[in-house]
Amino acid sequence: MTDMKTPIAKVRGLGSAKDGTHHWLSQRVTAIANIPLILFVVVSFVGNAGKGHAEWVAWLKQPVVSVLMILFVANLVYHMRLGLQVVIEDYVHDHGTKFASMILITFACVLIGALSIFSILRIAFGG
Amino acid sequence: MAEFTLPKNSTVGKGKTVKADGATNVRPFHVYRWNPDDGENPHMDTFEVDMDNCGPMVLDALIKIKNEMDSTVTFRRSCREGVCGSCAMNINGKNGLACTTAIEDAKGDVAITPLPHQEVVKDLVPDLSNFYAQYASIKPWMQTQSPTPEKERLQSHEDREKLDGLYECILCACCSTSCPSYWWNDDKYLGPAVLLQSYRWLIDSRDEATGERLDDLEDPFRLYRCHTIMNCANACPKGLNPAKAIAEIKKMMVERQG
Repeated sequence: MTDMKTPIAKVRGLGSAKDGTHHWLSQRVTAIANIPLILFVVVSFVGNAGKGHAEWVAWLKQPVVSVLMILFVANLVYHMRLGLQVVIEDYVHDHGTKFASMILITFACVLIGALSIFSILRIAFGG
Repeated sequence: MAEFTLPKNSTVGKGKTVKADGATNVRPFHVYRWNPDDGENPHMDTFEVDMDNCGPMVLDALIKIKNEMDSTVTFRRSCREGVCGSCAMNINGKNGLACTTAIEDAKGDVAITPLPHQEVVKDLVPDLSNFYAQYASIKPWMQTQSPTPEKERLQSHEDREKLDGLYECILCACCSTSCPSYWWNDDKYLGPAVLLQSYRWLIDSRDEATGERLDDLEDPFRLYRCHTIMNCANACPKGLNPAKAIAEIKKMMVERQG
């Protein structure tokens, strides 16, 4: 489609969103937090490898472990939400599809987070 | 969606081959051709250039082709010494200036196409209207609040040194058109060249509009489409590092948050 807008009118567009730094910084901070959290999960899972169900449950019931697992899940899904947003903004240009994709990833990330945290809590507080 | 394949009317076909009669030392140059007037798809013409009678640079070969083999070959050039930035094009897959790229350094056949992902005006001439409008949008001039001094606005040697690595930019667009983020979002992302130019004014100690400049850049697309891919630093024919300038802008953004 050709239009009569000048190049400068197109470039100035709707103006600056006055936003972006918070998103960028959050992505970096959650990335830093991911380093010790993922390390904890990997080391623990490798250490627990081969153990039975009861031992896994007992491990997860420890307060420090439950809290760290909840933080791991929460940080990871938040980081995932921020990262997926960037991917969609990069490649999806149709406004409708973009909006729908953004809603979809947000819902998916919240659902994954809520299910995981609920499961951890159920084991932590379960009988 | 971002387009990853060429539209049907842009797929590149094979064109003619022009031989260099009687030459023994020839080098094939494959040149992108597209004429807006003939309704044909673009194609690659092959010119076998007599290297015994040709200057050392890719631009020398292009001028020889235009002078002696096909006068309709269209490209921009002016200073022929890496100062004006007119002859920016893609040479064997890498953006650069034809005038400062030695034919010797190119391996095998030399394939020349316009700067990637810009509309083509004709042959090797890209339409840079959007690029230039983006440059104008960052207000690339000194903005001040204080009264005009009687003499020049002073700057310390240390502050002047901060402009080194920035003021040398010739706006050839090699970096911006090598950036995948710019390919997918050049309507909204300013791109490495314009952001480097923007940082040139942000860091200038004499400029008094730093906050307003940062306000204009505070945007998920204008600035934050940079994902530190670093193609820009790799492409720059002047050896500058736009990615570093962009990182410095991001640091300023965080700094003013408190």
